Amino acid sequence: MRTAFVKELIEQGKKNDKIFLLVADLGFSVVEPFAELFPERFLNVGIAEQNMAGIATGLAMEGYNVYIYSIGNFPTLRCMEQIRYDICYHNVSVKIIAVGGGYAYASLGASHHATEEIGMLRTIPNLTVCAPGDPDEMRAITRFSSTYAGPCYIRIGKAGEPEVHKKYSKIVEQIKPGDILNVIDGSDVAVFSSGAMLEYSATYISQNKLKASLYSFPFVKPIDLSQLLSLFKKYKKIITIEEHQAHCGFGSAILELMNDLKENGQLDQAPAVKRIAINNAFYSKSGTQNYLRTIAGLEFKLSDFES
Amino acid sequence: MVYKTKASHIGGALSMADILAVLYNDILNIDPESPKEDLRDRFLLSKGHACTSLYAALGLKGFFDVKELDTYAANGSIFLAHTSHYVPGVEISAGSLGHALPVSCGLALAAEKKHKNWKTYCLVSDGELNEGSNWESILLAPQLKLKNLILIVDYNKIQSFGFVKDIIDIEPLFKKFEAFNWETYEIDGHDHKQLLDTFKACDNTNPKPKVIICNTIKGKGISFMENKLLWHYKSPSEEEYIQAIKELN
Repeated sequence: MRTAFVKELIEQGKKNDKIFLLVADLGFSVVEPFAELFPERFLNVGIAEQNMAGIATGLAMEGYNVYIYSIGNFPTLRCMEQIRYDICYHNVSVKIIAVGGGYAYASLGASHHATEEIGMLRTIPNLTVCAPGDPDEMRAITRFSSTYAGPCYIRIGKAGEPEVHKKYSKIVEQIKPGDILNVIDGSDVAVFSSGAMLEYSATYISQNKLKASLYSFPFVKPIDLSQLLSLFKKYKKIITIEEHQAHCGFGSAILELMNDLKENGQLDQAPAVKRIAINNAFYSKSGTQNYLRTIAGLEFKLSDFES
Repeated sequence: MVYKTKASHIGGALSMADILAVLYNDILNIDPESPKEDLRDRFLLSKGHACTSLYAALGLKGFFDVKELDTYAANGSIFLAHTSHYVPGVEISAGSLGHALPVSCGLALAAEKKHKNWKTYCLVSDGELNEGSNWESILLAPQLKLKNLILIVDYNKIQSFGFVKDIIDIEPLFKKFEAFNWETYEIDGHDHKQLLDTFKACDNTNPKPKVIICNTIKGKGISFMENKLLWHYKSPSEEEYIQAIKELN
């Protein structure tokens, strides 16, 4: 996904001379093509994320659309107050890009596990929160963000995620904030997948020949309410899955919205919701991303699909 | 403003009042009729708790009617008790310390990229230099040759809990900035001639960013407030207010 991001950013950078990329001394062998093509719109600010967020704010105040790029917790938690107060309160055009969402950098340890940032970021006004599920979604989100005037957070996995939508003959081109993307059409049960859990979800449904539907949510915030409402009405059971703590994550957002739709009378019968997310724990074992997902319980059970 | 609303931070507002007077009267290229003019100089107050001086300067300069300041800190007012960018002429909201200098670096960098000569001024407090984010900027600005960035330190020697030297002594401050490769000045922050001459000396001839350490007095101009920690917090009583106005006049 990070390669898809940089390639798309370069394409947009050719058309739009306001696009500026800041990195905090990370992105080796990823961001160089952008830096070589647009040296005047690229800067490595050094290992200093608070300063990076502030500089981005200043550049954005002067008309640039500034992307800040680093790993997981560094351009997010490390400079959370700059994101809230400089970027979001002043509502400037800064796009925060975190690579290594979830357990993508599994064996590097808890410092590199980005498993709480969505919860923190989605409470901040003015901020759009994106977690694309495959390279197609990544490209579409990058295109959207390149002309969007407000602040965005974009959580990227790593390199080498497969194209999921294409595999199921789906086309993802234009995307607007809140869009929900159908990947697999099924019957009573629907999986709502956030971010890089998409491939696992699609594979699980296919390999087990389940009659479930699969929807990818490239946006954790906002989520289009009319699209969501129609899904709540269509399915008896929903399974949410995300590579993030259960508290305040994607599944929580779905439950909050479901409650509000029910409370304001738009939804009569609420579907059952099973949430698959990290259960309020750090995992300090070494291993692959899949291993970490397994010990954190980010897995379906066949019984989850009984409606 | 502070008296009417029983607000805090008058000491730090008074210590930088002379700096603002010189900037807004003689230095900043700004137009109250066109507060977002592209080529204007940018002034960012980082010690947002001292916003009353800035609001006063902007009102006197004509960015809004000074009578509007009567709403300071009242329900529904845009004049928040920490600098608000909703006030005409204010470039950035500030309240949390250590934010405006990184943003100033971004503004100064944009000026470089666009080959414009407008200046970015950022005023920080001495206690605020405890914040690590400032030092991230202080390290980077010379690397980027932000020649039009001018940092002003309101060095009134008192921070929230006591004297700066007793909490985190920032001395030798002049040598620190020199060592970090800044064009460094140290002046009396209440001497208008020194302020004027130093601001004028901060031109483009040297690619380094500039820092002006202004030695100031917290509560300057009001005898019973000068150099007193209490006036970081206290709001004047009616008697003290009358006395203060008498002294200022």
